Amino acid sequence: MLVRQINVFLENQSGRLAEVTKTLGDNDIDIRALYIADTTEYGILRMILDKPEKAVDILTQAGFTVSSTPVIALAIADKPGTLDHALSILSQGSLSLEYLYAYVGRSSDDAVVVIRVQDPELALTKLEEAGIRVLSSEEVYGV
Amino acid sequence: MLWSPSETLSRSEIEAIQLERLKWQVSYAYERVPFYKKGMDEVGVRPEHITKLSDISKLPFTVKTDLRDNYPTGLFAVPNKDIVRFHSSSGTTGKPIIVGYTRNDMENWTECCARMCTAAGVTQDDVAQVAFGYGLFTGGFGLHYGLERVGASVLPISSGNSERQIMFMKDLKTTVLIATPSYVLHLAEIMADMGVTKDDISLKTGMFGGEGHTPEMRVQIEERLGINDTQNYGLTELCGPGLSYECLHHTGMHINEDFFLAEIIDPVSGEVLPKGCEGELVISTLTKEGIPMLRYRTKDITTLTYDQCACGRTFARMDLVRGRSDDMMVIRGVNVFPSQVEAVLMGIEGIGQHYQLIVTTEKYMDKMEVQVELLDGAILDSYSNLEKLANEIRHKIRTVLQIDVKVTLLNPKTLERTAGKSHRVIDRRSKSF
Repeated sequence: MLVRQINVFLENQSGRLAEVTKTLGDNDIDIRALYIADTTEYGILRMILDKPEKAVDILTQAGFTVSSTPVIALAIADKPGTLDHALSILSQGSLSLEYLYAYVGRSSDDAVVVIRVQDPELALTKLEEAGIRVLSSEEVYGV
Repeated sequence: MLWSPSETLSRSEIEAIQLERLKWQVSYAYERVPFYKKGMDEVGVRPEHITKLSDISKLPFTVKTDLRDNYPTGLFAVPNKDIVRFHSSSGTTGKPIIVGYTRNDMENWTECCARMCTAAGVTQDDVAQVAFGYGLFTGGFGLHYGLERVGASVLPISSGNSERQIMFMKDLKTTVLIATPSYVLHLAEIMADMGVTKDDISLKTGMFGGEGHTPEMRVQIEERLGINDTQNYGLTELCGPGLSYECLHHTGMHINEDFFLAEIIDPVSGEVLPKGCEGELVISTLTKEGIPMLRYRTKDITTLTYDQCACGRTFARMDLVRGRSDDMMVIRGVNVFPSQVEAVLMGIEGIGQHYQLIVTTEKYMDKMEVQVELLDGAILDSYSNLEKLANEIRHKIRTVLQIDVKVTLLNPKTLERTAGKSHRVIDRRSKSF
């Protein structure tokens, strides 16, 4: 299944990231994973949160430009070659990868890899057919 | 719909009235205001030298600093016992300017504003919400008197408190909104936040002034509020609103030519330009008793046309103001009006309509930064979309202005919103170079 990733536009100004994390903290929203794409001009903060819908409302009200994107969270065994296997499934299916980021889950030995592809539904099918474990939103949000 | 039969006089009838009144105004000012006597004596012109309309070009110009230098009432032609109203324009630097109206001036101003309201289609069946500031600003009272004269039900709510504006707009079924264009866009944003749509309100006409607005801004206002957006023009120095105004045909702003004489000059040389040329608007009052203005330089860049409008009015029309000769920035030798940047930004999706221009000098080179608010979160899906948007803005500005700018995207609602004239430009260039 697909997981909601929250994207937040960050101006290149000191304290902007802290404003986001404070807004989330004040509203009891937990950050599961985060990743910043940035240049000298702007950043886009991508996050997996435990309450994505609430986070969109709260951050929008706080004056941030926010959107949400469907992504896939894969459980990857923490040993050499396993990520390569998952990625080769995507490339064989001509599914282009836009970006990915990884974090180590709390409750298992697997690493969690969040991937963003152009056609997430199709990618999901291919990965599941190949026997790669795709995490549900409950598993991801409630890690 | 016309308010006065004067509005359809033939060109020769208009000019006959103008000449008669100009002769009176010039000799009145010469006799009563030392500033005008001194100025005319210096160039050797006397009131009797005005025998035809074009003789006005013999008179010296009057500029805003003349009002400041003669603060508070040095240019008044009557003692205070004959003044029934003062107004003032704050100005951003130095002393304010003060103007005064006699009882006849008030009557003429109200007549001008009543014509303006009628041209915008306002009748006694309308509810008119005046969201212009009341007080020393001429906008609130000028519109108020004109609207009352045509019989509209006037709601003098003044500016600010947007939620209350929208509540009254719904509850009193306001049909005419009077405001500055930037405040109207602000109200539209608040409406959207409150979940109020154009179907929940009864507005049909907007009468907007106090600052210019671009055709692109007009399209936005008309779409978002479902109204016919009419613009009007006036300066505190010359009476306030009522100098010129659009009818519902949007063919330019009809100038009340029986009260004002308009010229177009080259802003650099001061030469009068032939009919139809673009240049700086210069206005002379023709009936003013309180504070006559002879050849007042408005600093506004426009063009005059003299053919009859589809509405029947024959007064000369001025185009919507293209920019101000003193707002005009010279950036790396290129003339830039903020309104040009505004027009580009209005045509780009995903960003807000507020903007700020910041001009600086780096290594003796002018740099301009354009700040806009990013509204569309969908673009955050990929970083390249964000760069594409910034590049699109940069490219389109380059096409129009021939200069490269830096584009900075900001979070929503970070740029200053103002109820009055908005300050779009910050020029940090060193003036010593």
